[in-house]
Amino acid sequence: MHTKTIAQLAQGLRAGDYSSQELTEAYLARIKQHQDLNSFITVTEHQAIAAAKQADAMLAAGDAPFLTGVPMAHKDIFCTLGVKTSCGSKMLDKFISPYNATVVEKFNAAGAVSLGKLNMDEFAMGSSNETSFYGAVKNPWATDCVPGGSSGGSAAAVAARLIPGATGTDTGGSIRQPAALCSITGLKPTYGRVSRYGMIAYASSLDQGGPMAQTAEDAALMLQAMAGFDPKDSTSVDCAVPDYSADLNNSLAGLKIGLPKEFFDEALNSEMAATIEAAINEYKKMGAEIIEVSMPNLKLAIPAYYVIAPAECSANLSRLDGVRYGHRCENPVDLNDLYIRSRGEAFGTEVKRRILIGTYALSEGYYDAYYIKAQKIRRLISDDFNKALEQVDVIMGPVSPSPTFGIGEKTDDPIEMYLADIYTIAINLAGLPAMSIPAGFIDNKPVGLQIIGNYFNEAKLLNVAHQYQQVTDWHQQTPKGFE
Amino acid sequence: MQWETVIGLEIHTQLATKSKIFSGAATAYGAEPNTQACAVDLGLPGVLPVLNEDVVRMAVKFGLAIEAEVADVSVFARKNYFYPDSPKGYQISQMDHPIVGIGHMDIEIDGATKRIGITRAHLEEDAGKSLHENFHGLTGIDLNRSGTPLLEIVSEPDMHSAKEAIAYMRKIHELVQYLEISDGNMQEGSFRCDANVSIRPKGQAEYGTRTELKNINSFKFVEKAINIEVERQIEIIENGGKITQETRLYDADKNETRSMRSKEEANDYRYFPDPDLLPVFISEELRAAVKADLPELPQAKRERFIAEYQLDAETAGVLSSSKTLAHYFEALVKASGCDAKTCSNWVTGDLLGALNKQGLDIAQSPISYDRLGGLLQRIADNTISGKIAKQVFEAMLNSKDSADAIIESQGLKQITDSGAIEAIIDKIIADNPGQVEQYLSGKDKVFGFFVGQTMKASQGKANPGEVNKILQDKLKR
Repeated sequence: MHTKTIAQLAQGLRAGDYSSQELTEAYLARIKQHQDLNSFITVTEHQAIAAAKQADAMLAAGDAPFLTGVPMAHKDIFCTLGVKTSCGSKMLDKFISPYNATVVEKFNAAGAVSLGKLNMDEFAMGSSNETSFYGAVKNPWATDCVPGGSSGGSAAAVAARLIPGATGTDTGGSIRQPAALCSITGLKPTYGRVSRYGMIAYASSLDQGGPMAQTAEDAALMLQAMAGFDPKDSTSVDCAVPDYSADLNNSLAGLKIGLPKEFFDEALNSEMAATIEAAINEYKKMGAEIIEVSMPNLKLAIPAYYVIAPAECSANLSRLDGVRYGHRCENPVDLNDLYIRSRGEAFGTEVKRRILIGTYALSEGYYDAYYIKAQKIRRLISDDFNKALEQVDVIMGPVSPSPTFGIGEKTDDPIEMYLADIYTIAINLAGLPAMSIPAGFIDNKPVGLQIIGNYFNEAKLLNVAHQYQQVTDWHQQTPKGFE
Repeated sequence: MQWETVIGLEIHTQLATKSKIFSGAATAYGAEPNTQACAVDLGLPGVLPVLNEDVVRMAVKFGLAIEAEVADVSVFARKNYFYPDSPKGYQISQMDHPIVGIGHMDIEIDGATKRIGITRAHLEEDAGKSLHENFHGLTGIDLNRSGTPLLEIVSEPDMHSAKEAIAYMRKIHELVQYLEISDGNMQEGSFRCDANVSIRPKGQAEYGTRTELKNINSFKFVEKAINIEVERQIEIIENGGKITQETRLYDADKNETRSMRSKEEANDYRYFPDPDLLPVFISEELRAAVKADLPELPQAKRERFIAEYQLDAETAGVLSSSKTLAHYFEALVKASGCDAKTCSNWVTGDLLGALNKQGLDIAQSPISYDRLGGLLQRIADNTISGKIAKQVFEAMLNSKDSADAIIESQGLKQITDSGAIEAIIDKIIADNPGQVEQYLSGKDKVFGFFVGQTMKASQGKANPGEVNKILQDKLKR
């Protein structure tokens, strides 16, 4: 049962092959069995069973929404009413959210059954899930390796088939990179496609929630539930939500695929390059046309990102001051002591580093040199992509320069960790939608193929991904020990 | 040395919206602590601001009223600082791109008109309140006010005395109420002011070092604070000292200003555009709609009152100082059919005097313009004398009856029947032969004695014109 996709489970539930309660109990048992992966921060067993029973009643009554009874789980960055929402931090270890994020509301409305909250890098700052207050998550493909981050818990849980689908968020690659490192399908929608209300902000102008699942077909079903304008989020865009499943089977004959030459330079390891090339060959076989494009400003993406994202986070995390909620130090002697110790005790090293970088970049005398400059670079990078997308339908490339690496291997060198986001970060700066789909293995470690599309054209990405999954079976492989 | 004072004001006025600037919570004043603060106002993780469109409309209204440039695009920015009553650790404000640009306000000072430049006006959210009483050494936080919309109006350093500063502040206060964008209630903090004050030798072009006086919340205190600060600065400089650029707090009890923080200690607010909010675009349509909706402004009303009703500048100024008062006056002229001069005398004299005594606002006047109009008509048609009218007016303050009903019930109708007046006069002439003698011997002043006696005998009801006429006739004989 646990290897089934969301599409299959939804169908089985409707056919009466199993009840939602049976499904939910089976997945809860798997979560328990594989808790050493550390993919969950909170398992909401009782709420899940109650929701499953309700789903079964709705299914029996007929006319239930399309995800009714399907188990899933949320990244612990989404606020969930009455449930701990930690964002992977000691700061919010005791924070029980008094409201639901819009994404959570939407999945509830679609009938999905949430099994709990998934581990993540602290406040989504990290590419390996090692910055979590709740400890590193293990990659089910190589349990001494990282699952990627920041949505590492989501990726590991889906890869290990502990849940059929999960929500994630992507600020600089946090859906796509763990999806690639864990061999699952992840989609970062266009900025503004999915509401950010109730999704704890890291870098507001870059954050975007999206689906993580086994297949593109499932990602389409999940995105259908998540997408749409939200009057509570001024940056969500009021444009029609198409039927994301409708175009999945469209032919790719004549599809124009752009390959940025900067994606395939010496920084990419040769085995990765070969794997990506093999994937692109599959598209050629389906009738796609390959066009070389150029992203001359790509190399500026990481420096620009590491000004903009920390700048925004330095303000976003200011509300975590120990005054109204969150961690508060013992016996503060005065206000400054309360601030300094509460924040000092509760934030991890990476979070502190980024707050400091951001505070510095926004300081008087540095603002123009860093923040304004970074915004100009952002514009240049967007222009590069927009120019390329005038010539091609989608852009393809690697997600990450190398497959997964050992837990603890890169923690001493934050810069090296930052550089690993070179292929994903630029897409966030441009606000474009992009996917990662399983595209093979190097030494049993998964490799992802990145597909980047035009604004609000997630349907095209899903179509392109789905067609690949019709001719390959990388996405169907399960890690050893989790079959 | 002759010193010149240089003053610029930053006025914070709360906009009279029903809900907050970035959330749906109510803005009403005086609720139980923290009952009007929703998830957004509390700064919970994950919440986002959504701009209240009424706020934009109100700012545009103000901008058009001061003939300012209203920006096509304005941008909200985060002003970062930690304080317990600032729940997000930053205030959403506007920095580089305020909604209202350069405008002006004319003030009248010593009979002359002076133009005060307005640098900008921008939108921002108010903070909550820290409460220090009744918490046993701890601090309580009330976030009801958090997110209340503010329009910060920044003037040029164009004022050179506390008197000018007050005149400007009053004009802005009057304007925001006229535009109905603020209730202007200073006790409740809806209208607050910071003053930037410096001095320089008369004739010198460059400015001296300024200090900022914080949160002075009445016209009286603004005046006192500026004056005491100017004295302090002069004393320092004349004793060879230097002014430190700093923020100072005015202590009304001690009538002194004292240092809060110096420039070195000042926050670096690290402003940057708020990524949660889109830029605000002001369309031509909105501008036109707001313009069409603008009421007649105080200045225009004042000028019209002078031209249309031949009022003197001072009276016109008083009557146009509030929209309600101006309306009362105009409605009274219409309802009574009396001349504007009479109406304005009654309103600025008797009515405002009576209201003042009772601590009432014109809107709470116990005498409506209709009832007052009724009284004025009875004076005009000689039913009562001006003197009796004051008596009727007093009675009207304490009853709901019309002037007519009071005149009737108290028997105050003027006696115009010449036969009745003649009878009274005949008796007085007969009773006072000595005075008659004096009058006839040329002492004209004695005439007044006869008038007084006649009025007294008639209990003030005899028509004075009629009394004069009959007396003159009879005394000549």
